[in-house]
Amino acid sequence: MRPLTEEETRLFFEKLAKYIGENIKVLIDRPDGPFCFRLHKERIYYVSEEIMKKAGNISRDNLVCLGTCLGKFTKTKKFRLHITALDYLAPYAQAKMWLKPTAEQQFLYGHNVMKSGLGRISENTQKYSGVVVYSMNDIPLGFGTAAKSTTECRHTDPGTIVCFHQADIGEYIRSEDTLT
Amino acid sequence: MESSSSEEPRSIAVEKAIEVDIDPGNLLVTDPNEISRLQLNSNPAEYLKDLTRSNTQLLINSIFTLPFHRVDDVIVAELPKPTYVLPRSKPAPKARPLTKWQSYAKDKGIVKKKKSGLIWDEIVKKWVPRFGYRRAEAEHAKDWLLEVPQHSDPYEDQFEKKSEAKSERVAKNELQRLRNLAKAKKIVVPASKGLTSKVKQSKEELLTAVHTANKATASLGKFQPKVGKVKPLKGAGKKRQFDPLINSQEKAKNLSVLDKIMNKKPKIDVEPIVSKSVGAFRPKKKESYGDDDDEGQRKGRRGKQMGTKNSKIKKGPAKKGSFKKGRAAPKSGPKKKKH
Repeated sequence: MRPLTEEETRLFFEKLAKYIGENIKVLIDRPDGPFCFRLHKERIYYVSEEIMKKAGNISRDNLVCLGTCLGKFTKTKKFRLHITALDYLAPYAQAKMWLKPTAEQQFLYGHNVMKSGLGRISENTQKYSGVVVYSMNDIPLGFGTAAKSTTECRHTDPGTIVCFHQADIGEYIRSEDTLT
Repeated sequence: MESSSSEEPRSIAVEKAIEVDIDPGNLLVTDPNEISRLQLNSNPAEYLKDLTRSNTQLLINSIFTLPFHRVDDVIVAELPKPTYVLPRSKPAPKARPLTKWQSYAKDKGIVKKKKSGLIWDEIVKKWVPRFGYRRAEAEHAKDWLLEVPQHSDPYEDQFEKKSEAKSERVAKNELQRLRNLAKAKKIVVPASKGLTSKVKQSKEELLTAVHTANKATASLGKFQPKVGKVKPLKGAGKKRQFDPLINSQEKAKNLSVLDKIMNKKPKIDVEPIVSKSVGAFRPKKKESYGDDDDEGQRKGRRGKQMGTKNSKIKKGPAKKGSFKKGRAAPKSGPKKKKH
């Protein structure tokens, strides 16, 4: 377990900024106590400092995980967000998409979102920006990348993909073994 | 002795102007006598036959002069060594270049001493082979106990040490053998860790090779003179330093990184500008499919239907796989879409 280097922090923040933009400040500067990011076995964990201090007493081989895993660095040092980060992305998301009840299941199975399944989309969504996907009841289902901007979404055919799937809460069941 | 001539008794004496060269070892007769053109032109078959007969007779005569002995009721003549040298069927092998040791020994005048195959071993009190079959066995007979020498670590494994030393010797020998082989076959072998046998190396590869070569001295490259424009590697040999686990400057650092990233992003929101242009672009498409659409707008169902009907006629060939349900390209009339 160690803090992130400047390079790693930069890569990580760049990825996060795609989804929550400026709101990363809220994650760093929390009112209810200092939270920090720690790297352990190529995964980034978001954890309160008291817990982190206690976890510092556990050896590296024995420590499995701490706090919330936000994602991991791949072999080629690219950062990949995991579904476990959804709790911290959802409240601060800048671009949001709401799905119709019929399309929810498709998304939860890992498929991309089609325009026919799109209920609502937030205004001024840039193309290829990070999007948090909700159900019509405002339950966060996962996140993805906008395939079309808001205006493009209005004018395309119902068959086109509007959001590329990145992670969904169905993964908790599908990929139990690989999530930490 | 059987006569080896034909049924008709002919004399075994042959007269030749020049002596015929007989090589009984090869069963070869070389006749240097001139060929009579006259006879060759008049009756060639007869003439050649006679020539052959006489030469063969001479050969047979020579065979009969050789020493003979009996083998299984058969009389066999012993052929001497051939005198006529047959030409090679394959080219002669080139002499191998001397190996590194051979050339050194030649220079120094070191001569190989013949060593006996067996050595007297005092410990086992036997004649033990110096190499080859049963040598390892003899070694193992002494191997049951290894003394720990005076100044060595008592916890060191002497057996392991011995086997490691042996494998190192074997590896070294193999390396030298391969080096000699490569030298003989004129194969270029990379000397440095960084260099490969590629002809064109990238800048980074060459730099790595230079740095590796520089460091490969007894004092780890400390006193190497600078060569050309090669800069010393920064931070080479130093372990990566990380921040301590509990760091008070962490928050400030994170915020500064965040600021850098946010500054890079364009603050201008491109979306409304793009949407305007997209909106401006749209009417053109409407116009291209006839004036009916414009007229049909808001004139009730009929107008709309007219628009859609026309558009159906103007439908081009359906593109495969571009849209679901086998739809054609978006040439259908204007449809009201929910935002």
